[in-house]
Amino acid sequence: MAGRVLADRATVPTGIDWPRALKESGLAAFVAFVLFLPLIGMQTVGIEGGLGLRYRMDWVLIGTAAVFVGRLALAAGRTVGLEGIGAALAPAARAQALIAPYGKFLAIAGVAFAFALPFMPFANRYVVDIGTTVLIYVMLGWGLNIVVGLAGLLDLGYVAFYAVGAYSFALFAQWFELGFWVSLPIAGALAALFGILLGFPVLRLRGDYLAIVTLGFGEIVRIILLNWYAVTNGPNGISAIPRPSFFGMAFDRSPPEGETAFHEFFGLSYSSLHRVAFLYFLILFLALITNAFVLRIRKLPIGRAWEALREDEIACRALGINPTSTKLTAFALGAMFGGFAGSFFATRQGFISPESFTFIESALVLAIVVLGGMGSQIGVVFAAMVLVLLPEFGREFEQYRMLLFGAAMVMIMVWRPRGLFAHREPTIRLHGRAPIDAGGPERP
Amino acid sequence: MSEPLLDVQHLTMRFGGLVAIDDLSFVASQREITAIIGPNGAGKTTVFNCLTGFYKPTVGQLTFHADGQKLLLEQMEGFRIARAGVARTFQNIRLFGQMSVLENLIVAQHDALMRASGYTVLGALGFPSYRRAEEEAVERARGWLDRIGLVEQADWDAMHLPYGQQRKLEIARAMCTQPKLLCLDEPAAGLNPRETAELGQLLRAVRDEFGVGVLLIEHDMGVVMGISDHIVVLDYGRLIADGVPDEVRTDPNVIKAYLGETEEEELPPEVAADLADGPPAPGLGQL
Repeated sequence: MAGRVLADRATVPTGIDWPRALKESGLAAFVAFVLFLPLIGMQTVGIEGGLGLRYRMDWVLIGTAAVFVGRLALAAGRTVGLEGIGAALAPAARAQALIAPYGKFLAIAGVAFAFALPFMPFANRYVVDIGTTVLIYVMLGWGLNIVVGLAGLLDLGYVAFYAVGAYSFALFAQWFELGFWVSLPIAGALAALFGILLGFPVLRLRGDYLAIVTLGFGEIVRIILLNWYAVTNGPNGISAIPRPSFFGMAFDRSPPEGETAFHEFFGLSYSSLHRVAFLYFLILFLALITNAFVLRIRKLPIGRAWEALREDEIACRALGINPTSTKLTAFALGAMFGGFAGSFFATRQGFISPESFTFIESALVLAIVVLGGMGSQIGVVFAAMVLVLLPEFGREFEQYRMLLFGAAMVMIMVWRPRGLFAHREPTIRLHGRAPIDAGGPERP
Repeated sequence: MSEPLLDVQHLTMRFGGLVAIDDLSFVASQREITAIIGPNGAGKTTVFNCLTGFYKPTVGQLTFHADGQKLLLEQMEGFRIARAGVARTFQNIRLFGQMSVLENLIVAQHDALMRASGYTVLGALGFPSYRRAEEEAVERARGWLDRIGLVEQADWDAMHLPYGQQRKLEIARAMCTQPKLLCLDEPAAGLNPRETAELGQLLRAVRDEFGVGVLLIEHDMGVVMGISDHIVVLDYGRLIADGVPDEVRTDPNVIKAYLGETEEEELPPEVAADLADGPPAPGLGQL
């Protein structure tokens, strides 16, 4: 699409409309000046006996000038071909279409790399830890992809299910002394139940309305966790959550009497890295199960019904698809994987509190799904890596993180509104892949 | 007259003070094409929406004769009506645009495939019974693609098809649900003459080869008169004529509804007198 627009523009030679550009820039600069005057121009400073004001008019002028020049450049760029940037992003989709036939190979290579990561020479505790964090978000992204990407239900409260999973495991462990492996399916089932609970009232809602209700749901769950002292211990959270064991073997230096520790059984010397690596493999395993499940269910009738529901709910009803049960299964299954990831999070951290389940987590997971391309599994991996790793590399720019994040989202929405990897592969084909694709129209 | 397929009795639909359909009764027979015609706003699409469960009729009984059973459609949910064998298309095409042409036809067979996949469980485990059911579904889809000439484009996204082919695909999709009654809302709208002729053939095939009753809303009188076995005419939500094409064509009520009242009846006497004195107003005579 962007390419075509660019081609159309190229055939019509246009100069820069200077009067209009100047007018636009002047207006922008004026608005900026009015805003900067109080925001930048006045700084509160402590003086004896209270607060005083310091004026920084030089900064206001610099800022206003920057806005003027920037807006002018934007106006000029629009006619000269700012679409060039969009066009630069477009190849990502074309590349995706090109690599689609090798997708399997790439996926295997990626998984192989993921398995090998803890054994790499550069893999220290920090690298494996970051890898684990990335994989948690990949798993959450894949889970949310069922709800948002396939069923097209915009869910801004996904973190609620993550919290339900985490607290279920923590509470089971605390009260009934259940281990991780026993709790995992129960936590998943509970999260799925919460998914259905959320699903019922929002069955009739779509788009923005649905987003707002799910956002509220996420906050309700967090606030209940925060205030229900008797059960959740409120803001103090739950600590001493048991660590997972490897077939009953703990990762302790000196296991309790009568039990064998992991390092003793395998005749290794004790290393705290064992547990970190084990947690990494655990989440890798859980994430791969999520992926396998989503890939499989997409090709089953229920998966196709989800996608059809995303495309047109009315047509679905006219074809005998029950929209209620179809939506509820999407909510329930998406929530279930969120619950699994939550249980893992609890056992990894050993401590959870409502602070870990704020709206920003939901936003991050949703951003991963939208940025990667709704419904695209590989896109989620890519976006999770970008959104989790970039802040790690740019720790010194931490203040500007949200700024960059916002700018990136705006750019994606302008130039690739369907995400970086928006290529959708049909779930079933009548013909082989190559000849028809060549003859088929280009996807916008 | 053959067996009844759909028996509409005293159907009334009110939206607040507006009466969209007023005490409408007609019968659509099995293996017949029944056309519903009428001027814009006569309530034709509202009849469809009542039939397919999108609206709950204010008054009336809609009896659907399915395999010896009598189903009361006004008491059923939309998707259950579809499963019982009433398929429909829409005035503004409603395909699953970002899904492939073939997928559109497979989704239409959702209910059967869902049962074959043991509500997802057996299908996820790769049971051969589900694989066979899916192959059958693909074969049925291929048959329809063959019929509407879209085999080549089977793997395209549906939104990339030209308009006329989208219309045909929507009909094929409705037929893939294996209905007993096919409701088509203006299927010829926006088609060129060749496509319109093909549509006529397709609908005859639906009736004669598949034994499906067709309920057709259409403004293209060529199509309606050419293929309908029976025509129902609505005006302001009321039935004004019901019969075979030749009867309806010459029915004075129908002519009046479509062409307006004659000027003598419509104009107040003093205006008519003025007109008689002065020069005749241009165009009025043509009405």
